[in-house]
Amino acid sequence: MRHGVARFVTGFLALPVALYLFYVVWPFAQAAGYSLTDWGGYSDSQRFVGLDNYVRLLSDELIRKAFWHNVFFLITVPLFTIALALFLAFLLNVGGREDRAGIRGVFGSAVYKVIFFFPQVLSLVVIAVMWQQIYRTDRQGLINGLLIKIGLGDPENPIAFTADPEPFLGVPAVLWWLLLIAVWSGAGFYMVLFSAAMQSIPKDIYEAALLDGAGRFHTFFRITLPLLRDTISVAWVYLGFIALDMYALVFVMTPSQGGPNHASEIFASVLNFTAFQKGQFGYACAMGVALAIFTILLAAAQLRITRRERIEF
Amino acid sequence: MSVTPENLGDLNRRTLLQRAAAAGLLATPVAGLLSACAGSEPTKSDDTGAAKSKDNPFGVKDGSAVKVVIFNGGLGDQWAKEDKVVFNAKHPNITVNMSSTQKIKTEEQPKMATQPSDLVMNSGADMMDRSTLINEGAIEPLDDLLTAPAWDSEGSVADSLLPGTVGDGTQNGKFYVVNVAYTVWGNWYNAALFKKEGWQAPTTWDEFFALAPKIKAKGMAPYVHDAVHGYYPRWGLMASIWKTAGKQVVVDIDNLKENAWKADGVLKALEPWEKLVKDRLLLPGKLDHTQSQQAWLDGKAAFIQVGTWLKNEMSATIPPGFELTLSDYWSNADDKAPKDVFAASGEGFVVPSKAPNKEAAKEFLRAILSKAGSAKFAELTKSLASTKGSGDNVQDSALASANTLMKNGGSELISVKFQDFYADLDKESQNLSEELMAGRLTAQQFVDKMQAAADKVAKDSSIKKQTRTA
Repeated sequence: MRHGVARFVTGFLALPVALYLFYVVWPFAQAAGYSLTDWGGYSDSQRFVGLDNYVRLLSDELIRKAFWHNVFFLITVPLFTIALALFLAFLLNVGGREDRAGIRGVFGSAVYKVIFFFPQVLSLVVIAVMWQQIYRTDRQGLINGLLIKIGLGDPENPIAFTADPEPFLGVPAVLWWLLLIAVWSGAGFYMVLFSAAMQSIPKDIYEAALLDGAGRFHTFFRITLPLLRDTISVAWVYLGFIALDMYALVFVMTPSQGGPNHASEIFASVLNFTAFQKGQFGYACAMGVALAIFTILLAAAQLRITRRERIEF
Repeated sequence: MSVTPENLGDLNRRTLLQRAAAAGLLATPVAGLLSACAGSEPTKSDDTGAAKSKDNPFGVKDGSAVKVVIFNGGLGDQWAKEDKVVFNAKHPNITVNMSSTQKIKTEEQPKMATQPSDLVMNSGADMMDRSTLINEGAIEPLDDLLTAPAWDSEGSVADSLLPGTVGDGTQNGKFYVVNVAYTVWGNWYNAALFKKEGWQAPTTWDEFFALAPKIKAKGMAPYVHDAVHGYYPRWGLMASIWKTAGKQVVVDIDNLKENAWKADGVLKALEPWEKLVKDRLLLPGKLDHTQSQQAWLDGKAAFIQVGTWLKNEMSATIPPGFELTLSDYWSNADDKAPKDVFAASGEGFVVPSKAPNKEAAKEFLRAILSKAGSAKFAELTKSLASTKGSGDNVQDSALASANTLMKNGGSELISVKFQDFYADLDKESQNLSEELMAGRLTAQQFVDKMQAAADKVAKDSSIKKQTRTA
């Protein structure tokens, strides 16, 4: 009888596993293989070059620049998104007036929830087109137009947004403008995630805190935050992946896809240029593999650091 | 690099977002990037030709089929359908399977090593890098097409082409890319407006700088250009370098000759551009190609620099009474080649080496380059074809001004090759051109940085070197 179950399970799993191996794992392995060659992408001839591509990677200035830009996003995207999402979720769920009705969100929180979640419903295309209009660099742009109309903007020198490489706090302005879009479009989803987690925290814990005279500030930092630890660490890993990508935003929103003058170059944009413009697929594959290894290490480290005993309610 | 960037923004946005969305579904960002590198094993094709004749110089087999892929950009694809009619009139028994797309590289690159289409129009923003195609042996040399008899005129195919077309498609001494369109670049203005204001269109930088205050007094910016795609301002900068410093300097630049960018005249050629920026004669804002073109059509700027596809690209929004007129890039008094015009063939067709029906592909090219086919091209696209006399019967002010410019031009056509030869220099020169036009670089810094970038490519042994002779 046990034997029968095994066969039954195998029968169900064989096909999906085979598909997964062929369409997901095999291309990964192929890419790793190509990263050891000088393949150009258009022919069937290639030379084995060992670890040359990886050695080259270490001394590539552009990659180094891109790496630091990725690190910038890696720190800021999760930090700002989670902070904003937590703040919103807290206000919507437990931040309301403390009265006899018990714990609840601020007035109209049901409406706000929908509004904040809205960016998540929009496709990337819509988001990109919309922000191009918001960021438009003459007085027809939403922000520039408004600023110029109320006399705060200089019509002779409008804000250049993603075409501005000048450093702000040591980081090119274009990266900050991209960060704003990333946080704006991500916060709604994580707000809902945190809301769900907050609602599963028993109300009596909050009520007990209230009785002890805890204000919003203390309730948040002493109760909500510690009890959301698991959810936040998962969100952190997801956002880390998104931050390591950022490809679509950089590609659509910046001049010369990574510009101006390499000011917004990230791993993925350098990889794309190397593979498809320069025709060095082998080298580009090495970049992809390096990024994959980095991502996996990062996820492992993150989950390990945040791992600790779970609290059962 | 193609000379026609129409629909660039849309194209990038669409393809990339699709790809990005697909990658996003795989949960980790690297999954999509990694699988993009995957390839597969090639297959061999066999072909046996039919008898060759004057009407069938490549020996195309009756009853065979040919797969043609057209880039459906600013020029549309209607003209190609007309070529199909021309082709089938002579070869009724050969099936032409024509498809059109904006995503040439996305769709054709994966097939190049295995089962490519027979004839691919490699154009647009999503095009396959030409040097890579040639270095990898992925496309076929087409020298026999040049010597073949022309479709419907006397002489060979080469004889029927406008000057520069053969040179533009030649690399490493062989002819690979058949450019079917002909583009002229320069400074556009609205002749109706200039007549009304009594302004004389300048031919030199001095005349322009004298006129600029009058234009500004009308609340108009004297000049505008695409400040997002670096190859737009690069056209102007390189045209100036050619005019001021002469052809040999540009040839040396293309050949990565030592200190080529430091040659006499290069800096001098760039100084008027630096002055243009410093004197705040540009329309404020970092507009892209269509935004800047629309701003020009809306009368916010007097001059815009772009190529002859402008009219077709903006046809929907040209105000009534607006006379699009092309004038040559401005020169200086003591320039070496002030009359040379920036013109080139573009929209290149390539025949993949592994294509199953290369004979029919070449025969189809002969039809595209025919008198009948090229006339339809000019009529439908309002752009010149690379075949001589294509625009003779088309009535159009923009096309006429381009014709006049070509007729009054010097003995040589301005052409620049390094961006086609080296992807790194292409990217670097685009970036630096935008930096110069944004006022973040002086002309001197631009020259120094271009020299450094050229030296880096010259030293890089992983990059195959190209040579330009003419």
